[in-house]
This record gives sequence, structure tokens and C-alpha cells, in this order.
Amino acid sequence: MLLRVENLSVQIGSITPLEGVNFDLDKGEILGLVGESGSGKSLTALALAGLLPLIGGRIPTGRLLFDGADMVPMSRSQLRALRGRKIAFVTQNPMTALDPVQRIGDQVDFVSRTHLGLGRKAARARTVELLTQLRIPQADTICNAYPHQLSGGMKQRIVIAMALSGDPELIIADEPTTALDVTVQAQIIQILTTLVRERGLALVLITHDMGVVAQACDKVVVLYAGRLAEQRQVNALFGRPAHPYSAALIGCIPREGMAPGSLVGIPGAVPSVASYPTGCRFHPRCTNAGAGCSDIVPELRSLDAGGAVACHYPLPGIENA
Amino acid sequence: MPDPLLRLQNLSKRFETPNGFLKKPRSMLAVRDVSLSIARGEVVGVVGESGCGKSTLARLALCLLEPSGGSVSFDGADLTGLRARELRRMRQRMTMVFQDPYSSLDPRYRIADAVAEPFAVQGLPVPAGRIAELLSKVGLPASMADSYPHQLSGGQRQRVGIARALALNPDFVVLDEPTASLDVSIQAQIIALIQGLQADLGLTYLFISHDLGLVRYFCTRIVVMYLGAVVEELPDPQAAPRHPYTATLLASTFAPDPAERKQLSELTDEVPSAFDLPKGCAFAGRCPKVTERCRVTVPQLSDGEHPVACFYPL
Repeated sequence: MLLRVENLSVQIGSITPLEGVNFDLDKGEILGLVGESGSGKSLTALALAGLLPLIGGRIPTGRLLFDGADMVPMSRSQLRALRGRKIAFVTQNPMTALDPVQRIGDQVDFVSRTHLGLGRKAARARTVELLTQLRIPQADTICNAYPHQLSGGMKQRIVIAMALSGDPELIIADEPTTALDVTVQAQIIQILTTLVRERGLALVLITHDMGVVAQACDKVVVLYAGRLAEQRQVNALFGRPAHPYSAALIGCIPREGMAPGSLVGIPGAVPSVASYPTGCRFHPRCTNAGAGCSDIVPELRSLDAGGAVACHYPLPGIENA
Repeated sequence: MPDPLLRLQNLSKRFETPNGFLKKPRSMLAVRDVSLSIARGEVVGVVGESGCGKSTLARLALCLLEPSGGSVSFDGADLTGLRARELRRMRQRMTMVFQDPYSSLDPRYRIADAVAEPFAVQGLPVPAGRIAELLSKVGLPASMADSYPHQLSGGQRQRVGIARALALNPDFVVLDEPTASLDVSIQAQIIALIQGLQADLGLTYLFISHDLGLVRYFCTRIVVMYLGAVVEELPDPQAAPRHPYTATLLASTFAPDPAERKQLSELTDEVPSAFDLPKGCAFAGRCPKVTERCRVTVPQLSDGEHPVACFYPL
């Protein structure tokens, strides 16, 4: 197993915005991390990338095993050696991920020069090769361009090239297509899935869009208000969601031939860290809530059909699936 | 069509870059020769990617921008020749919900003031109880009237934007990507809300979006735009696309079902710059079915039930 997350919690000051997250991921797999804004997706990503100190966060409990080694006790310099090299990060907004006053080529070269110790010429050759693989036309000319001269989709490909430049084993992509047009989103999803299949990379794909999950992922972790709600293989999740929240999220995307008025959304909004409800944090918005939901925290339990769910009243059909 | 509520005829809009030091001004046609009629009670979707001119078209339809060519008429009256005061009176009947509920509400206005602003603009008194009534129509508690925008979530702010648009009982509402900056769960709430309001109040909508899946769910007729021009009009939201661009858009829309994974096509080339349009069909550079003819001649929108601007429709 390349990555194993065990009972991960994140603490920032006196609050605990994320707790009890478990999942694992092997090479050649794509894991979707889904939930609404404020569910803890990006925090999980920052923890995986060892970037929590940047926002004053720490990990009070849990382990992050990457290739067998626990990242939690690692020093900043150990994490820095890992990040960019074995673990790469693709951020949401390609407009801000690139330095506006540095040429594209220099920015991508920097990664392989730093992490692989390549010389100037070898690094540039590697950059041009990567950009060409990502179907960027005239890669050697593009190397001399500045970010503002490129379209959003092109910039996101440059950011992906930077991520690949250190020859990583794990890529964490935080909403990599949210800022892009749909046809460009499709291109980027296509590029990422091809990379995983061909190079045997592992990918954590963070998104709020169940359509993207259904299209690209092998397994899925659904987060709600800082806790794990459900964790399943992709076909199982979409076929028979166990957690009412997963089902509701899936129901937010219009389907082919859906009757007018059948798209309802999820009532209310994700609570803020300061006002998490007691018991199951989803119970005020849940259509399936019953006795106990408002005061007893549901434990994460394994399902016979595979995966796990944290719900007192999982949706029917799941136990004997 | 008998007596459309809104009629756009051969609308064009040209933007020019300012004269700079040592820099020649350049111009681009953001909207090119668009004609569209909307009947009372219709929900017409305009779909396309960034830069296709859909938001410019929305602003032209309400005469918030002055067209460079063509005309706009509303309920039989030509809007393009109207003076500012007459136009303002017309605007009681046609309003807009903006894309970004964060920047479209003044942070120093209380919610009640924001919703009452259309009355102030028109110099009308606010009827007693109207603010509470509007808030309840969009699913907000009356107690929120005294809040400020920063105390509200994105979804709640967009509800305020909708209440404000409905304040003067309009006939026609332009919705410019009202859900683009919201979570999918909140997007679905807002869509359900505007769908309900449309049925209850007999409104006519022009719905601008980049999301073909959403437009197909929500609209009764769909106009597809690419680089300023209409490339196809789907008479029924479920109609099979005839233009290769519409087909590409549809193939890029992911269903929430792993059994329906799309075979992603390789659309490699970039969208051309609107400042430097290709000579023939604007989509030619990215089209899988392109021929020499497409590169030199601009295809015109065909007539009939299902108009398409393509020499080789699917």
C-alpha cells in the first residue's frame, strides 16, 4: 500500500476541524475525496502534503503512512524532501499557482533541478518532454512565455507538468478543474487518468462534483463537516450509497432525462467549525434521521459489501447487498 | 411564434481596447449577429464556455449595454431607441440575477435595503410587508431583513439577489450563471427555487450557463453559443446535438454514474482569440469533422425547427 491514512485528526489552535479520517490508496489508483465546501477536503490534502504548519495546524492523533513511513513525526526538512519529489500537489487555481514574473520553463525546470539534481540543460530537456506529453503545442516556445500569456487550461497543464517533474509516486490534486471550462475540465481529467494508468501513479482527486468522481475515480471517501461519512468503491457508492449524505450529494447533479422538479439539493448548509451539531453532524439536514442521531456520534463501521459508513440508519439494501 | 415577449434581431456588440501609448487599438466582436425570440413563459437557456459572449448577450437583452448593431424589442416596444428615463420604466418589467452573490450585494446595505433598492431606483414607495413577503418567497426568514451580507452564506445571498430581482413583479428575468459560484448542493436548492418561482409567478427566463447538463434539466429551449455566435438551437432540451461543438460539450458533461463514463475525445487545440477570429467556422480548429470548406467559409445558421450553423451537421 502506497498511502495509508489512519484515524487522522487535524487541530488548529483549540479547534479540531478534521477527525477520524481513514483510507488507503495503492499505485495506479484514483481516490476521490468529496464533500461540500467546509467538509475538510482541503485540510486532508494539506495534511497529506505535509503543509499543515503553513496554516498553523498540527496532527494530534493518527498516522499518515507513505510507503510504510509515518509522516506525522517527520521534521519540516524531511517533509520538504518528500514534497515535490515523491508527493506532488496540484492546486485549485492555476492562475495563482504560477509565479507571474517568472518564465514558464524556469518554473518547471526548478522542480527537477531541486529534487532530481539535474543540470540546466537536462532540466530544460525534461521540461520540454513533459510539456509535449501533456499535449502542449510548441513546448520549447511556451517555455519562454509568462503565465499571463496562456489560457487557464494551458496553465493547469503547466502546473501538472511541475507536479510530474519531480517524478512523484503520489499526486494530490485539490479541485484541479473547478476554475476551468467543461471541455477543458474533460481534457485535464483525461490527462490525469492517463497518467495514473500509464505511469502507475496514485492520485488523490479532491472535488465537490459527483460527476467528476463517477467519471474518474476508483474509490471514494465522502467527508462531511470534518468527519468521514462513507468510504466505498466507486461502483458500490453510486449503485447503493449507504450514507444519506452520499445519496443526497449524488442527487445534486442533474441526470439525463430527469423529471423537472426532481432536483432538490440538500436543505440547509454545512455548519461552521464553531457550531458543529452534537451527535451525527449531518442530522439537522438528514431526511433519514431518527432516534439517537442528535446525541450519539455514529461510529465508522465496515459494510459486508465492502467499504465503511458512519451512520445509525444507513440506507436500505446495503446490508444484504 | 405568436407575439414574443422578447425579440433580439441581428444583435452585435463590438468592444474596443483603449488607445494605448505605442499600441494600436484592437476590436473584437463579443456578440455576432444573434437573433432570438422568447415567448411568454418560456425558459430559454444560453450555454457556452467562457468568452463565448453569453454574458454580453444577457446584458444586451436588458439594454444594460448598447448594441453595436441590431435591435431589442420587449413586448412589442423597441428598446434600442428609448431614452434613459423610458428605459428605466421598462426595467420594472425586466430584471437580472447576477452571477456572483458576493459582489452583487453592497456590503454596507442591510438585506432589507438591498431588496428595497429597486423601489428606490423607480421612485416608488415600498408597500407595507413587501420585504418580508419577498424574503419568504425565496425561503429566507423575515428576521434576516436586518442582517448584512457578510452574515449570510453564499446560497442565502443568492436568494437575496433573487428576491431583489422579483421586487417589482417583473415579467422577464435574466439569470446570469446564478449558481456558478455555489456548491452543487446549494446549486440544486437554488435551481429548485427559481423553477418553483417560474411556475408560481408565470415568469419568463433567459438562463445563462456554462453547464449543459443543468440547462438540459432546467430549460425548455437551448441556444448554444461559440465565440460570439449561435451555433445551434435545440428546440427541445433532450434533442440530440447536431453541431459538433454541442456534441463535444455534451461529451464533457459527466453524469453521476460510473456506468456512464464518457470516452473522452482529444480536443487539443485552444479556443481562438476573439480578437483574431479564423476566417471560416470559428470551431474549425477544434472540430473532428473539419474540411477545407470549413476553414474558408463561415457556415450560416440554418432555418427550420432545429437550426444549426454547420456544413456537416451530425
